[in-house]
Amino acid sequence: MADGGMRRRWERVRTFFHKGPMDAELDAEMAAHLEMAIEENVRSGMSPEEGRRQAMVRFGGVQRAREEQRAARGLPGLDVLAQDLRYTVRTLRRDAGFTLVAVLILALGIGANVAVFSVVNTLLLRPLPFPEAQRLVRIATVNPTCGESCRTYSTDATREFQERNRSFTAVTGYFAFTGPNNFKLTDRAVPVPATAILVMGNFFQTLGVQPVLGRLFLPEETLHASRPVAVLSYPYWKRQFGGDRGIVGRAVSFNGTPVTVIGVLPESFDFGSVFSPGTRVDMFVPYVMSDYEDDGNALALMGRLKPGVTLEQAQEEANRLFPKLDTDLKHPEWKAHYTAHLMGLKEYVSGKLRRSLIVLWCAVGMILLIVCVNLSNLLLARAAARSKEFAMRTALGASRGRIVRQLLIESLVLSTAGAALGLGLAEGVIAWLAHQGSLALPLLSSLHVDGTAVGWTALIAVTAAFLFGLMPGLRMASGHLQEALKDSGPGSSAGRRHENVRAALVIGEVALACVLLVGAGLLLRSFLHLLDVDLGFRPEHADTITLDFDDSQKSQARVQQWQEIVRRVEAIPGVETAGITDNLPLSRNRSWGIHAKGVEYRPGELQGTFVFIVSPGYLGAIGMRLVEGRDFRWDDSNQPPPVIVNETVARALWSGKDPIGRIAEAGGTDVRVIGVIADVHETSVEGAAGWQMYLPVAAFGPEGADLVVRSALPAGTLGGSVMATLRAIDPGQPATQLRPLQGVVDHSMSSRRFFVLLVGIFAGLGLLLAALGIYGVIAYSVTRQTQEIGIRMALGASRGRVQRAVLGRTLKLVGVGLAVGLMASLLAARGIASLLYGTQPTDWMTYVGMAMLLLAVAAVAGYVPAWRASRVNPLVALRMN
Amino acid sequence: MGDTKLDLLQGTLDLMVLQTLAAMGEQHGYGIARRIEQVSGDEVLLNQGTIYASLVRLQQHGWIDAEWGVSDNNRKAKFYRITERGRKQLAEDAAHWQRLAAVMGRVLEQGQ
Repeated sequence: MADGGMRRRWERVRTFFHKGPMDAELDAEMAAHLEMAIEENVRSGMSPEEGRRQAMVRFGGVQRAREEQRAARGLPGLDVLAQDLRYTVRTLRRDAGFTLVAVLILALGIGANVAVFSVVNTLLLRPLPFPEAQRLVRIATVNPTCGESCRTYSTDATREFQERNRSFTAVTGYFAFTGPNNFKLTDRAVPVPATAILVMGNFFQTLGVQPVLGRLFLPEETLHASRPVAVLSYPYWKRQFGGDRGIVGRAVSFNGTPVTVIGVLPESFDFGSVFSPGTRVDMFVPYVMSDYEDDGNALALMGRLKPGVTLEQAQEEANRLFPKLDTDLKHPEWKAHYTAHLMGLKEYVSGKLRRSLIVLWCAVGMILLIVCVNLSNLLLARAAARSKEFAMRTALGASRGRIVRQLLIESLVLSTAGAALGLGLAEGVIAWLAHQGSLALPLLSSLHVDGTAVGWTALIAVTAAFLFGLMPGLRMASGHLQEALKDSGPGSSAGRRHENVRAALVIGEVALACVLLVGAGLLLRSFLHLLDVDLGFRPEHADTITLDFDDSQKSQARVQQWQEIVRRVEAIPGVETAGITDNLPLSRNRSWGIHAKGVEYRPGELQGTFVFIVSPGYLGAIGMRLVEGRDFRWDDSNQPPPVIVNETVARALWSGKDPIGRIAEAGGTDVRVIGVIADVHETSVEGAAGWQMYLPVAAFGPEGADLVVRSALPAGTLGGSVMATLRAIDPGQPATQLRPLQGVVDHSMSSRRFFVLLVGIFAGLGLLLAALGIYGVIAYSVTRQTQEIGIRMALGASRGRVQRAVLGRTLKLVGVGLAVGLMASLLAARGIASLLYGTQPTDWMTYVGMAMLLLAVAAVAGYVPAWRASRVNPLVALRMN
Repeated sequence: MGDTKLDLLQGTLDLMVLQTLAAMGEQHGYGIARRIEQVSGDEVLLNQGTIYASLVRLQQHGWIDAEWGVSDNNRKAKFYRITERGRKQLAEDAAHWQRLAAVMGRVLEQGQ
């Protein structure tokens, strides 16, 4: 029997799709039936007409039999659904204005949701784009206090850990202090800069990245003095070598040395987007471990856990191993007390963004709610206008369920159209976002709208349809048949109830918009505070350019070259001052140690100190402020070399005493303090300044070279002459761009700017939708009350009085909404407290300002219908019914 | 005349059709309808058209088969035939009905 049931179900589905032939067959069968009946009747003595009539009577209605048979054989529900669908499309097309507005609003709401979901999905939910990415672990120091240097390990510590650990199938790392444009392509007249990352030999194998062309590094290529080789990133291969497949095996001249290209990495592998958001990486060269044995901490480490080993187990082992590593190391004095905090690579890459993303997600969720409320409102108004139509249908035998279903289908059709359009919108936004290379957000390049996002869209669309379709549906279905048919006059009880529901919806909408506005306001104020932060240097009117840097250059030659560059650049008309540093603030960083000579320190009292190796004039060119003492000079004595420290260091080492002239030990060398500068934000705009020191290029080897030029001229104007000067001094200067220093600051704030922008857009959208909702409700009630207003005016009410009445009603609604919204905002603000900067979650200015803004917009939205109400002509209004 | 006829209970028509086919062998829709009318002694209120919903239902269950053929007086018609599974189903349903009718009969007789 169950078997029969299954079979029948299947048959019914099958027949649903074979309507035409089945109907034709049935018609033929029934025709035969009738003819046989007529024949028999005629044979039994009736006239042909009477025979036919009798046959028809006995048959009982051809159409009815046809429908009964259809219902029995197919899926009557589906047939009705198709019918409802056709009807819906017809009515929506008739009401094109309403349909357009509804679909557009929905598209905005759903589009924003899908776009944000795609970002959240990529950054938080989806695993990293590596095979078995959940086994990848970042290894970094516990509580780093001094930037990258404190997150990295030395070459021999790395090797020790590689050999001793039992938790990882492989441990690998990359050189963490690579600056942009550290290589130059020298196979042409004007060298072209390129950025190369030094990675350990097993780097790609550990991540699980396979080349699309050629091969990865061989063990012998990571040995001292081996043939130089490089692996290209996919975009660089496309851009610089035109995607030439013959490039593999060819030697290309980098930095004047032939480097053999051995492979090209896949497009899906974007080093920058995972490890260093917002930067572009062109190629990878092997990190030859034995060349760096005497260096400090430089390797950023990660590992792949063995299958079955948990993060906790690995952490436990690391806790045991790392403190003991230093016993075998070459320079235990630099590297004592290693610690390791293991963190899933995914968590490391996007963990910091979790809260921001969740806030963003909530914001779009609220937008969607507002959209639903708005549409509910629109549909309610429409349903009210259609109440007679529905009453008529009910009177003609349509069940309540059928009418509710009709309304739900209508909202489903609307939201499906909205979702389709929204998906397109999101697709566009995401495609645009994926190409914002300068935005410091991880994994941007792997952003796309995928199947999950499409599923999410479908889910949202159905939920939204249900949310905004249910209310009017239920309202309608519970309406009184006779009342509606009677053409219920204005002010009837059903009408009033109707309006109460709509008023409640508007209050909810205003409250939601209020929460969004306050949240966005708080974030915006935080952002403005950040723009006002005293960075310790002045990025305005300063430009920077990366100089050709040759690691092997003799110290003496370098000093002469730097002096020559500074002198000749300063001679360019329009240039006030110039200087050179090896690291810009808010860019890469490294740290050494500094302490007052001859003083014993307790463990933990000293901190890693950010080191900047600079030319004389640099501090002035970038706009750092000397608090005490003087800047470096080209003719400074190097016995001992001078040092300039920041106020934090001066306070920590020589608290209460004058630091000038004191001897300190910096990176193992004796130095004399000649100046103190105001603290500079070296790591981030938001974070406090750490320990900093500035050392002269005459005595210390820099890691790179960035020229900073202070000039009132824009970078575009100045760029040509600066480049010409640099070329004249060093023909090897690659064609880099002179760019405003502000760009460095902007880059470090780009992710916050991005979030503020998005939340701001959402808040604006919320405000607009709320205004639309208010307008809709008030305008509708004015229309309904036209007659009443007409009577009042006929009885002597002035225009002003009518306007005030309508406006008063508007403001009452908005006032209640605001009260609810402000209360909710206080709660929501606590949730985003950790994202604020220099702004209290209870910042009353923001609350008042946003409340005023909302009130003003609401007043405008209410004024339009109020004005229209006051134009009512009493005679016309009274004649209306 | 309509008032005195029996209204068909849901599902009874299907059983009648099955039984008719089992008794008569191959038959077309009109034939089945006529036969039911005759056998019931014109006591059932049957709109002949109703039979087609019943036929398609039985067909979908796999209890009857259908084939186009030619009737006695050379007319194209669709002929229905009971299947093996149909016979089994008929036996089951008939037994069920007979039990039910017997019980109903006893229950209704007890008061008299």
